[in-house]
Amino acid sequence: MSTSAHAAFRRLFHEIGTVDAVGVEERVAKFATRSIKKKSKLFGLKLAVTMVDLTTLEGKDTPGKVASLCQKAIAPHEGIDVPSTAAVCVYPAMVKHAKKHVAGTSVRVASVATAFPSGQAPLKTRLAEVRSAVADGADEIDMVINRGAFLSGEFSLVQDEIRQVVEACGSSTLKVILETSELETYDNIRAASFLAMQVLRPNDFIKTSTGKTSANATLGNNQVMLEAIRDFYFETGIPIAMKPAGGIRTAKQALQFLIAVKETLGDEWLNNQRYRFGASTLLNDLLRQIEKERSGNYQAPYYFSEAAESY
Amino acid sequence: MAAKTHKRQNSRATARPSVAQPRKSSRELIFGDLWEFDPAPETADPKLKPRYDLFINGEFTAPKSGKYFPTINPATEQKIADIALASPADVDTAYQAAQRAFDSVWGKMPGRERGKYIYRIARLLQDHAREFAIAETMNGGKPIKESRDFDVPMAAAHFFYHAGWADKLEYVAPGRSVKPLGVVGQVIPWNFPLLMMAWKIAPALAMGNCVVIKPAETTSITALKFGEILQEAGLPPGVVNIVSGAGETGAAVMNHPLAAKVAFTGSTEVGKIIMRSLAGTDKKMTMELGGKAANIVFDDAPLDQAVEGIVNGIFFNQGHVCCAGSRLLVQEGVAEAVLAKLKNRIKVLRVGDPLDKNTDVGAINSKEQLGKIRELVDSGVKEGAELYQSPCRLPAKGFFFKPSVFSNVTMSHRIAREEIFGPVLSVLTFRTVDEAIEKANNTPYGLSAGVWTDKGSRILKMSVELKAGVVWANTYNKFDPTSPFGGYKESGFGREGGRQGLLDYGKLI
Amino acid sequence: MNPRLPITKTPKCYVGGAFIRSESGRVTPLHDASGAFFANIPQCTRKDLRNAVEAAAKSGSGWAKRSAYNRGQIIYRLAEMIEARSAEMIEALQVGGQPSARAKTEVAATVDRLIHYAGWTDKYEQLLGNVNPVSSPHFNFTVTEPTGIVGVLAPEDAPLLALVSLIAPAITSGNTVVALASTSQPYPSIALGEMLATSDLPGGVVNLLTGFRAELLPTFATHAHIRAISGVANADERKAIKLAAADSVKRVHLLKTEETHDWFADSAQGLYEIRDLVEFKTTWHPIGA
Repeated sequence: MSTSAHAAFRRLFHEIGTVDAVGVEERVAKFATRSIKKKSKLFGLKLAVTMVDLTTLEGKDTPGKVASLCQKAIAPHEGIDVPSTAAVCVYPAMVKHAKKHVAGTSVRVASVATAFPSGQAPLKTRLAEVRSAVADGADEIDMVINRGAFLSGEFSLVQDEIRQVVEACGSSTLKVILETSELETYDNIRAASFLAMQVLRPNDFIKTSTGKTSANATLGNNQVMLEAIRDFYFETGIPIAMKPAGGIRTAKQALQFLIAVKETLGDEWLNNQRYRFGASTLLNDLLRQIEKERSGNYQAPYYFSEAAESY
Repeated sequence: MAAKTHKRQNSRATARPSVAQPRKSSRELIFGDLWEFDPAPETADPKLKPRYDLFINGEFTAPKSGKYFPTINPATEQKIADIALASPADVDTAYQAAQRAFDSVWGKMPGRERGKYIYRIARLLQDHAREFAIAETMNGGKPIKESRDFDVPMAAAHFFYHAGWADKLEYVAPGRSVKPLGVVGQVIPWNFPLLMMAWKIAPALAMGNCVVIKPAETTSITALKFGEILQEAGLPPGVVNIVSGAGETGAAVMNHPLAAKVAFTGSTEVGKIIMRSLAGTDKKMTMELGGKAANIVFDDAPLDQAVEGIVNGIFFNQGHVCCAGSRLLVQEGVAEAVLAKLKNRIKVLRVGDPLDKNTDVGAINSKEQLGKIRELVDSGVKEGAELYQSPCRLPAKGFFFKPSVFSNVTMSHRIAREEIFGPVLSVLTFRTVDEAIEKANNTPYGLSAGVWTDKGSRILKMSVELKAGVVWANTYNKFDPTSPFGGYKESGFGREGGRQGLLDYGKLI
Repeated sequence: MNPRLPITKTPKCYVGGAFIRSESGRVTPLHDASGAFFANIPQCTRKDLRNAVEAAAKSGSGWAKRSAYNRGQIIYRLAEMIEARSAEMIEALQVGGQPSARAKTEVAATVDRLIHYAGWTDKYEQLLGNVNPVSSPHFNFTVTEPTGIVGVLAPEDAPLLALVSLIAPAITSGNTVVALASTSQPYPSIALGEMLATSDLPGGVVNLLTGFRAELLPTFATHAHIRAISGVANADERKAIKLAAADSVKRVHLLKTEETHDWFADSAQGLYEIRDLVEFKTTWHPIGA
């Protein structure tokens, strides 16, 4: 690392403070011991459904696949009282298809952009992709930060790129993916959160992961980001929203993440304007547990459409 | 927007202490009831008996006097069971049984075989873990989360660790051999009834001693229930004898002529009384006494983890912990930020029914202890410290106290000097490293201390300078069977846990 | 021509690196084995003891912070000083009536004892302390630290060797000592003080008092800043000391006067004499990136 990059790290960490990894993990382990029963469980499960960014990010995505995804997002399960999800999340090429299907509903269309997931394209290309998705009707843009620049200490470059994407978004909401697994340490995750938040608008998001690397959202990196959001809010009054993505597959996990929100940022973040789950298989497990709470019986996965497991 | 944020960023690049300090009250977070949790009571059967007799010579035995005393649930004030009151005559019977067991069986048994009994105890305790956790919570008031996840598993771990020492005693003291002392008398407190019992019994047995132990008056159930485990393990009669009662029973246990060693955990005040009563004897002693630990937060500390450590340090087990981090020393530059974070954290502590799986802070152990806490808190208010209490609602019945934080505390305040043994934190500030060390050490106690800083060399410097038997750096209230625990100065002497603690139960030859 | 009048030495106690007479001005006449007057020995008071504790407290943190290697060299240097002046020390022992052969043996054993502990300074930690394999992600280690100011009560036998055998393990680990010398044979402690003064041992680390045991014992036991008592005492003394020591939770390690102790034996020295006068400190730190 160059001397100036080293100095940049030192300045940033001095300003925002550091994180002790073991301490974070002890804190989040306590969320996992919370016992959520009955009405409070049902409330949490339904709340989680409203926070899902129902996602498909495959090379093999087609307009047909996106159509059924949209249907699932609007009405996740027949016969029971379940709210719609917050959004569908698709590649830019699919935005216009998704937009058609969700028209007239509360479901928003989110699009990954900026050469997702690596971000390794010229800035010009990345910005053009954002503008194109917005032009196609994307309500929300999920961008990736320049991890290479971050890790080599070029913080102003990282921040400047985010700022330009904010501009390219127009009135669309921006979600900034830090790709926590590539930042590796909690210190870096906290630092990157601050770099992003400093140029974001109220209710823009910071987001953990693309879901395309080995490690995704964890209670630990979620916690570090929630605490960064809280500190930034105290300092500036600007509320930033949060989206863990990837790896959250079960209702139980989702409730643990929500408990973290409840106990770290409080009631004002317990809504889908301030908190989202980026997930594909989570929704069905939420539905399964909701149905179990309603009926008292454990449910088979094939009772739910688009189930990932067909055994 | 972009231009504006850019400007903001430049202006805030100067100083760190601005981070996380709420400047406007409108930036308060709301920890309300939008998503309230339903009660989640632990409902398994703790398998309690209506009456508990003394455990002497392998049998549950009625006290010679025929006297029993009631034990209650401090969260409901309801009676749980009657507990046998051991008289000095019962204690004598226990000692005779222990001495017989030592002379005829336990003292002669190869370490390999002794170890297997102790392993069995560990395993059986694991088998009955849930019962013990519930019983502990019902009788002592601690949250089920703690008895289930800490007290009981840690008690089992202590037996498992020490079991393995029984056939390796030649490695305890390099250059010398060790042998058991004989019968040891032990008196334990009410804050960790089962765990303190494990801390006492496991090393004593591993070394080859026999035991007469007295649990605390208010928390005898798990100790006597432990007698059932010993029976199930087939431990030879008399190796461990459990005698319940109050002060008179304790004095009889400490002063019995057959006791080769006594081990006491409790207040410094009672510890001194015991030391005086044993002055004319040659009994070995281990004393684990009170504390008034400093938990020191430097301005470069990872603040959120420090706050978590502060909370864990003072609200763990309602602050009924001899090593509780009851004095928070925070560096001036971050004092406001730490206090703000701490208050937010306290707001989400769930106080109430100890049997509820979501309860973070349970019941105060006894009416007497609650009175003592109230008296000291009143003194803090009178002496001019500023009191913040959790906005939680307390149950109508039972002994509860709101998590409390005093700020603007000075070293001369009673709340900064006396052990409160409750969920009450005193916050003091400091400016320099030397000032922190001086304030931390300015106490007759020396059990534990906490240090929070990102600077490695400072951690080691603090660790050297703090006069305390345990130093937690960037963590707090951690325990392990392998890790010796015990105090400097008037917090006692001798260690429990690890190789050092084990040797305190042996005689060098 | 008149024969030259020899200069007699005024015995003084070694306290705080200086040579003092008792603040009280009191002295006790000491007679040699033939019964002839030898010298006046200071009869120290509780105030002298208090001053000695202050001196020990002042030098304590500096001594404890010396490197183990340095402490070892200083204790070795003390052995060198005694060895070099062994004739003088043998004479000092003979004042108390010891035959010269026995005095010679005692001085030699004293030097050897110091050499023994000089070698311990940088080794005992490796045997008494350790890393503990805790089951959480923490690095956990136990080290020893000196207990603080140690009150040493020397027995009446082996007035030099026993005194040094009690002092040496205490200072090996960085404690400081306030010692009360044998009442019947105090003179070797006076000579020892003079050798300590030339040994590189910082002033105040070892303070040697002479005086009446019965007068000083209560203060040894009650002075709260004395953190441990090490020595030899009879049953009544042990009880009185332990009773008073309870008030400040003092560590008490006393051998019994009524039992015989072979100060010359190897068993009178070693690791566990050091262990008695240390505290164990256990430090935890998370292991994380």
